[in-house]
Amino acid sequence: MPNEGRQVVIPGQILGEIPALIPGRGTFVENKKIYAERLGVLNIQEKFVHIIPLKGRYEPIVGDFVIGVVEEASTSNWMVDINAPYPALLHVHEVPWEIEFADTEKYLNTGDTILAKVLSVDESKKLQITLNDRNLFKLKGGHLIEFEPSIYRRIMGKKYSMIEIIQKYTRCRIKVGKNGRIWIDGDAEGIEKVLLAISMIEREAITFGLTDRIEEFLKKDAKDVR
Amino acid sequence: MKSDIELITREGKRLDGRGPHDLRKIKIEAGVLHRADGSCYLEWGGNKVLAAVYGPREAVPRHTQNPLRAIVQARYNMAAFSVEDRKRPGPDRRSVEISKVISEALEKVILTELFPRASIDVNIEVLDAEAGTRCAGLTAAGIALVDAGIPMRDIPVACAAGKINGQVVLDLGKEEDNFGDADLPISISPRTGEVLLLQMDGHLTVDEFNQAFDLAVKGCHTVSEIQKKAIIHKYQSVAAEVQE
Amino acid sequence: MTIVPIIKRDYITKLAEQGKRIDGRNFDQYRNIEVETKVVNKAEGSARVKIGNTQVLVGVKIDLGEPFDDSPNMGVLSTAAELIPLASPDFESGPPRENAIELARVVDRGVRESQVVDVEKLVITPGEKVWIVFIDIHVLDYDGNLFDAASLGALAALSTTVIPAKRFEKELPEGYPKEDFPLPMSEPPISCTAVKINDFVLFDSCFDEEIIADARLTVATDNNGDIRAMQKGLSGSFTKEEIQKVIKGALDNGQEIRKKLYQSTGK
Repeated sequence: MPNEGRQVVIPGQILGEIPALIPGRGTFVENKKIYAERLGVLNIQEKFVHIIPLKGRYEPIVGDFVIGVVEEASTSNWMVDINAPYPALLHVHEVPWEIEFADTEKYLNTGDTILAKVLSVDESKKLQITLNDRNLFKLKGGHLIEFEPSIYRRIMGKKYSMIEIIQKYTRCRIKVGKNGRIWIDGDAEGIEKVLLAISMIEREAITFGLTDRIEEFLKKDAKDVR
Repeated sequence: MKSDIELITREGKRLDGRGPHDLRKIKIEAGVLHRADGSCYLEWGGNKVLAAVYGPREAVPRHTQNPLRAIVQARYNMAAFSVEDRKRPGPDRRSVEISKVISEALEKVILTELFPRASIDVNIEVLDAEAGTRCAGLTAAGIALVDAGIPMRDIPVACAAGKINGQVVLDLGKEEDNFGDADLPISISPRTGEVLLLQMDGHLTVDEFNQAFDLAVKGCHTVSEIQKKAIIHKYQSVAAEVQE
Repeated sequence: MTIVPIIKRDYITKLAEQGKRIDGRNFDQYRNIEVETKVVNKAEGSARVKIGNTQVLVGVKIDLGEPFDDSPNMGVLSTAAELIPLASPDFESGPPRENAIELARVVDRGVRESQVVDVEKLVITPGEKVWIVFIDIHVLDYDGNLFDAASLGALAALSTTVIPAKRFEKELPEGYPKEDFPLPMSEPPISCTAVKINDFVLFDSCFDEEIIADARLTVATDNNGDIRAMQKGLSGSFTKEEIQKVIKGALDNGQEIRKKLYQSTGK
């Protein structure tokens, strides 16, 4: 029913049966019946049924772009908080600089913010991240905020449509981490608008037509758009 | 003597006007706190409880970590002002025991295998107490867990039944708990009927136990519907608002 | 412990240099304040205070007891605070540590030294039996400025507290009235707290501002515009001019907050 937005489901809610449907992410199976395992939005594509979570901590997947905050520097690595249930390890070999023994603090220290990529996740969820990539670097200036990681896709939009609209009308440089963190650089007014847009997306994540409404909102007294 | 007080009339009317199978009034609100990952405020009769969930997060200290699954740590606490005779702040033996049985109940329904080495911390604060706080607390914890996005097999719910003046009734109130003949709080996974928590004190024949048990389970199902409505309302309401 | 990203600290400071704050407020402006009383039935007095997203619940319980040796003609006031793990991922369970203790003691002094509660009227039998007033502060949601939320909560709870004399009938001496009566209170001082970030003085700090603050100053002022209590916290320092700024802001905001208190307690 389009007027109610997308359907919210809760843990233990029955979604369908095998083989009429095929269980996907966010579901579990008992006696051939498929159930939702968490609070989210129901998504059925062809025969695959999965849940798009509405809440929940960020769960790292190899290849994810994340924004991390350095917790501490040790002799051959750094421990980085990536807003996951576990801290991530950044090894000296995974950074683009040549580091002398125990000189780690010179390059990255407690409180520094980095744009990194998840390198590995083992069975006991020990995490490693890397900075070895042209797109990855230490972030300077700007502002850093957190958002509900489960709405990452909404903030990016289909084919990045949402995030592009936000950047266009606020004239800000924006880096969105899959782990629920956003780095924004621009003037105070622009940054404020980005924050309002993100709040709006968080509140209205499950509704339809959100991209248009965000564009409407940002257009109001927006700066000159080239 | 306990049975001197008339807790239920011959017509089946209890001190607060309820019938033998009536629940006290329940009000539930999900997502009421900002710092917590998930939260729930619940009123059940005169009980007021607040539950908050943090996690999954790294379990500390290190030696408590389980390499295969998350540990569930529930902490049930009564505020000093929540009872008639002020309670000294801090856990007492009763709170420690209740925390343990609630942790164990929740562990069964949470998909802990998804988060090795982590801890899921559940905090239950009783702000105003009136019999049945552990059931109210566990029910609130169930919603707080959903609100936090924790993966679960089902949403746990709890309810108690008991015996007063020889009659089996649902959801004991204050005087009934103090002067009644038996108290049976239980928690179930409503979808499967599995019993997650069970405690009993007092005196019941096997027959009476069966009656009380069935009654408590029925109560659980009724409360479960209220739980589900509350959480769906919280998240679906935005859609309704916007489409106007 | 949550690590503060340097970027965030720099951004807050940069905004301050432009006269702004991250949530758009002025330096001396408070967030929205809500006070609700009589929220806990079992307590003799209670109040829930929200300042922005910070939420504190204060309960007052009354009991009978002995007065202190050095003050046989006064009732007893006792204040405790709990930073329960519910309220923040950084609060741990366990006995109150220095932050909770400092909070309790500052609120306590604000109530005690200003003689807001007329403890002489709480004597039943001098030297033997007095009313004991327990103030318990329960922090529910931590987003900065616990001092003001807790103080306001304590005052609101006390303002609506009723001594349950009837319940203690059997333990009261003959001739002592056995009817419930309201806790005897006078004009309360209102506490206002500001923090210092570099050279900027900001009132009613939110969590992000509070964790990067260098110093903190709480000033309690009364209806006459006089100062009744002060507490400086954290390891930074204040200049004399900055202290004057805080006093002025405390006087201005104090008036507004006092109005809110009266509205909610109906006094």
